Amino acid sequence: MAIIATEDLSKDYHLGPHTVHALRGVSVSIEAGEFVAVMGPSGSGKSTFMNLLGCLDRPSSGRYWLDGQDVARLSRDQLATVRNTKIGFVFQMFNLLARTSALENVELPLLYGGISSRERRERARARLGAVGLADREHHHPSQLSGGQQQRVAIARALVNDPAVILADEPTGNLDTRTSVEILALLQRLNRDGLTIVLVTHESDIATYAGRRLVFRDGRLRSDEHVTPLDAAEALKSLPEEEEAVA
Amino acid sequence: MVLQALRIALRSLKVNKLRTALTMLGIMIGVAAVIAMVSVGTGAQARVAEQIQSLGSNLIMAMSGSTNQAGVRLGQGSQTTITEDDASAIAREVPAVQVAAPSSRGNAQVVYGNLNWSTGIQGVTADYFEARDWPVDVGRPILQEDVDGATKIALLGQTTAQNLFGDADPIGQIIRIKKVPFTVVGLLSRKGQSAWGQDQDDVILIPLSTAKKKVLGVSQANARSVGSISIKIRPDENMTEAETQIRELLRQRHRLQPAQDDDFWLRNLSEVLQTQEESSKVMTYLLAAIASVSLLVGGIGIMNIMLVSVTERTREIGLRMAVGARARDILTQFLVEAVTLSLIGGVIGIALGVGGSNAINALAEWRTVLAPEAILLAFGFSAAIGIFFGFYPARKASRLDPIEALRYE
Repeated sequence: MAIIATEDLSKDYHLGPHTVHALRGVSVSIEAGEFVAVMGPSGSGKSTFMNLLGCLDRPSSGRYWLDGQDVARLSRDQLATVRNTKIGFVFQMFNLLARTSALENVELPLLYGGISSRERRERARARLGAVGLADREHHHPSQLSGGQQQRVAIARALVNDPAVILADEPTGNLDTRTSVEILALLQRLNRDGLTIVLVTHESDIATYAGRRLVFRDGRLRSDEHVTPLDAAEALKSLPEEEEAVA
Repeated sequence: MVLQALRIALRSLKVNKLRTALTMLGIMIGVAAVIAMVSVGTGAQARVAEQIQSLGSNLIMAMSGSTNQAGVRLGQGSQTTITEDDASAIAREVPAVQVAAPSSRGNAQVVYGNLNWSTGIQGVTADYFEARDWPVDVGRPILQEDVDGATKIALLGQTTAQNLFGDADPIGQIIRIKKVPFTVVGLLSRKGQSAWGQDQDDVILIPLSTAKKKVLGVSQANARSVGSISIKIRPDENMTEAETQIRELLRQRHRLQPAQDDDFWLRNLSEVLQTQEESSKVMTYLLAAIASVSLLVGGIGIMNIMLVSVTERTREIGLRMAVGARARDILTQFLVEAVTLSLIGGVIGIALGVGGSNAINALAEWRTVLAPEAILLAFGFSAAIGIFFGFYPARKASRLDPIEALRYE
């Protein structure tokens, strides 16, 4: 069954007398367990597409089923609930709450899901363990490296057991080796059954995904399945990070 | 959910301690000012109320009126129209009257040994003590026999006794009033200031008959005339009604035609004091209103800081929305934050206000009264300010577009 299915999805923006057609009818279907890279130059409509997939915005026309639910016409509050239960976000800027421990950052989505504080704590601990940061749960973001911060963000995206992870340039602020480490983590999660949609403008990042959607001028230009590189293998050929970099 | 919002609010307030403290300061000063000022005003009110008590709120004074001789009007008391017989007629014929005590007053130099003191000499009858609610502290009051026999005895007010005798016992001593020797038989209890700030304890009471014969002299026109009559109305009787009856009785006795003005004055002392009480109430409101302005300014300070906070935390708001916060969750969070800010400020302000009120009491020797309702009101008011001034920034936060907010630099 398709986790994500869109049909003629369009989005127009009205800027004064002008109408910008940011997305001009995109139909795509993503199956559970896929690892999809969304590519395209700026202005291609890939960000608009991702905002619609993430239920942060509503389409001007077309339909969108997320995990079997028609979400194209939901109200703002209903969309918030969908985001809370079905979607995990990973951002380029990590977007962790400052002066807040890693554990509490991971708990955040559960806070809005009405889950008891004990269960929140347990689930957040488990997810932090899954991204390899069990020993950092009381660290604040400022005490963590960029790669560690992004792992916390991934743990946060995982904590509500979402149907799909939407990662918007998750490696954009990381050096090459850390980027590959993050991709290795995402690949591992994907092999365990997690559906991931990743936006990037770097083609070498996209090589780690099994399917590539390329956007141009608001339209889906190409949709191809490829054999992905194994990030864990790629890590072995990369030099160990020099300790002096700090 | 509110509990969670409270935790989030406390954390974000802790992050910027100086800013939080300065914002609270506005509310603190406002609440403290309201409480201190209201306590000053309430204190003034309480003092007036006490004066009413000390004077006896059920007292009517009847005094001789002004004369009109060929168009020249002399002042109050220039005519001696009120008499002892009026007093007994009032006591006898007006049922609401408990007692009516005639008295005459004058000033004289009083000598004891090598000390002398100028004071008010009040010639009174035995009823005077009851009429004025003025018990004798030491010794005995003036009795009917003293008035009948015109005995040369005197009772001293506390101030007079202090000035003539110091701490020595005045009872049984001989004082001279206008060279006439009087035996001191009693000491009056302390009465305090009158409504117009006069020291009521600076007085000597002597029998009315003695006063007329030996000290104050007798009016040529009417030997029975007196300066005033103190009329005590029975409790639970209507003062206004009693006053009307007394006025009618006196007009009748003085044979006044309906067109003629009264040749006497009736003064209801509680009216004077009620006016004062009213004005001190107005003062309380005025002080509270002025202090409220600072509370308002404090509220605007909260709004200002909350707006800055919303702008600063735009990305945080975007993230919270992305992970599932609904508009009302964001609204609650910022509202709780504003209310927490103003309530903590309010509680500290109450402490400061209570302290300030006590300090005014102790240092300025101005009596203050802390009304619990003023404290409750200030507390409720600061919460209301948090909600009122926090609502706009909170609503602004809750209406942010998550996409824009996430991208905000």
